Amino acid sequence: MTTVSRTYPIDRIRGDFPILSEKVRNKPLIYLDSAASAQKPTTVINQISKTYEAGYANVHRGVHYMSQIATDAMENARKKAQKFLNAEDEKEIVFVRGATEGINLVATSWGRANLSSGDEIVLSVLEHHSNIVPWQLIAEQTGAVIKVVPIDDDGNFILDEYEKLLSERTRIVAVTHVSNALGSVVPVTEVIRLAHKNGSIVLLDGCQGAPHMAVDVTELDADFYVFSGHKLYGPSGVGVLYGKKTLLEEMPPYQGGGEMIDRVTFEKTTYADLPFKFEAGTPHIAGVIALGTAIDYVQDIGFDAIREHEDKLLRYGTERISEMNRVEIIGTAEDKAAILSFNLRDVHAHDVGTILDHEGVAVRTGHHCAQPVMDRFDLSATVRASFGLYNTHEEVDALIAGILRVQEMLG
Amino acid sequence: MTSELRDLYQEIILDHSRNPRNSGQLETTTCEANGNNPLCGDRVTVYVELTDGKIVDVAFEARGCAISIASASMMTEHLKGLTVEEARAAHEEFSNHLMKPEAPDIPQENPLGALMGVRNFPTRIKCATLPWHTLVAALKGGADGITTE
Repeated sequence: MTTVSRTYPIDRIRGDFPILSEKVRNKPLIYLDSAASAQKPTTVINQISKTYEAGYANVHRGVHYMSQIATDAMENARKKAQKFLNAEDEKEIVFVRGATEGINLVATSWGRANLSSGDEIVLSVLEHHSNIVPWQLIAEQTGAVIKVVPIDDDGNFILDEYEKLLSERTRIVAVTHVSNALGSVVPVTEVIRLAHKNGSIVLLDGCQGAPHMAVDVTELDADFYVFSGHKLYGPSGVGVLYGKKTLLEEMPPYQGGGEMIDRVTFEKTTYADLPFKFEAGTPHIAGVIALGTAIDYVQDIGFDAIREHEDKLLRYGTERISEMNRVEIIGTAEDKAAILSFNLRDVHAHDVGTILDHEGVAVRTGHHCAQPVMDRFDLSATVRASFGLYNTHEEVDALIAGILRVQEMLG
Repeated sequence: MTSELRDLYQEIILDHSRNPRNSGQLETTTCEANGNNPLCGDRVTVYVELTDGKIVDVAFEARGCAISIASASMMTEHLKGLTVEEARAAHEEFSNHLMKPEAPDIPQENPLGALMGVRNFPTRIKCATLPWHTLVAALKGGADGITTE
C-alpha cells in the first residue's frame, strides 16, 4: 500500500490536462462530466502521435521492424492492463472497443454456449443500459430469464434481496461496480462470494469503478470485469475485458476475422489461442498503446491518493448541496464514489444544464443511460456532477454558484 | 445573464412552462400519440379532438424541461380552430424556422416567435420540436383514433 502524500499535487495534475485551460464563453471550463468521459493528460495525447510518428504498423502480422515495434508496444499495454487489474495471466486481458463491447462479447459468446430456456441472469436496478440490453438480446435467443436486484430509497444495492434471487437456475450475475447514475458502490465482494456459493459466475461492469479505485480481480475472484479506456483518461474506442482463462478458453469466438485464427480452410477453421481468439480484425493499435499510458498515469498518482481526493470533493459537494433550498440529492448510499446526482425542485435537469453551461460548468443531464434507476425514483432525469482526479473544491463552489443562478432565473 | 439565455428563458416561455395551457386529457379524443425523446427521457402525449377535419380541441400531458412544456402549451393554443392541413403547415413552418440557420425568425406577432431563442441552443431544439412531432403523429392516426408511438 502506498502512503497518501499529505498534499495532493493538484496544480501539477491540472497542468497535465491541456483542455482544463480552455475557456467556455470566456469563463474557465469547469469539467464535472468525467463519468461520461474523462479528459486526457498530455502523456496520453502525445503517445497517440508518437505511435503514428515513430512506431506504427499492423500488429501480430509482419516480419518487419515497425510491425514488431507496434506489436511489442501493444503487448506491453496488455501487461499494464493485467497488472492494473491484478489478473493472473496476460492472456486473460482481451482488448475490446469499450465496456459495451466487452459485455456484448460475454453475453453473446458465453451466453450462447451456456444459457438455455429457463436459466436465470441476475442484473440490478442500477445497471447502465449497456449491462441490460445485451442480456435481453441473449435471453430472447436462448429463453433465459432476467431477474433484477432492487435498490433501497438511498440507492443501496439490497444484498438480502439479491441473495433471495439466487436460485439453482442462476447462471450468471452481471452487475455494476459503481452506479453511473447515483454513485452507489455495489458490495461486489459479497456479490461474488454469494454467487460462487450458488454455483453462478459474475461479470462486473467496472466503467465507474476502475477510474476511481484499485481493482484486484484475483482478490475479488471476479469471473469477468470490463472497463472503458475513455473513462480512465485514455482514448475512446478501446477498453478491456478481463475473463478467467478457464472461462475464456471454453467460450466460442465472438467475431470471426483476421488475427483470431490458427488455420483457415474452407472445410474447417481452428482458432488462435487466448486472447487473440477474441480479437478479430486490426485493433485500435494506437489507442491500446495510449490506454497503457493512461494506466501508467493513474498508477503514478495512485488510487489511495485519487480516492481520498475524490471522496473529499464528493463530501464537500454533498454538504454544500444539502445546505441549499429546493435542491434534492438523488442517491445517498452509504458507500459512494465520485458521482453527485441531484434535482432542483420545479426545474427540469435540462434547463439546469443549459444555464450551468453558460457559466462554463459542464454537467450531464438526463437519464444517464440508466432509465430503470430513473423509474425507481419516478424521475425522468437528474443533473449529474461527476468528479475526476483533476477537479477542485473551487470547481464545486462554481457549481453551487451556478445552481444559485439557475434558481434566480427559473426558481 | 447573457442575452442568449434571456432570449431562451423569456417571461412568456417561463409563464407557459409554469402554467401550461391545455394540460391534461380531453373528454373526447379523436386521435392521440405519445412522443418520446429517447436521448433525454422527455415524454409527451398529445390529444386531439377533430370535427370535420378541424381541430376543435387539443390537450397534452408532458414530463420534460421548460422548453418542451412551453412549446407544447403554446402549440395547443395555436392549433385550436385550424384544419388538419393548416396544423401540418404550422408544424412545417415552425420546424423550418428552428432548424434552418438561414431562415428568419418567426414574426413578432406570431406567439410561437417567442421560441426562436432556442435556435442558439442546438442541443435544445429537439425539446421544442417534440410536441409538434407528436402532434403530427397523432394526426396521422386520423379520425380512427390510432395511437402512433
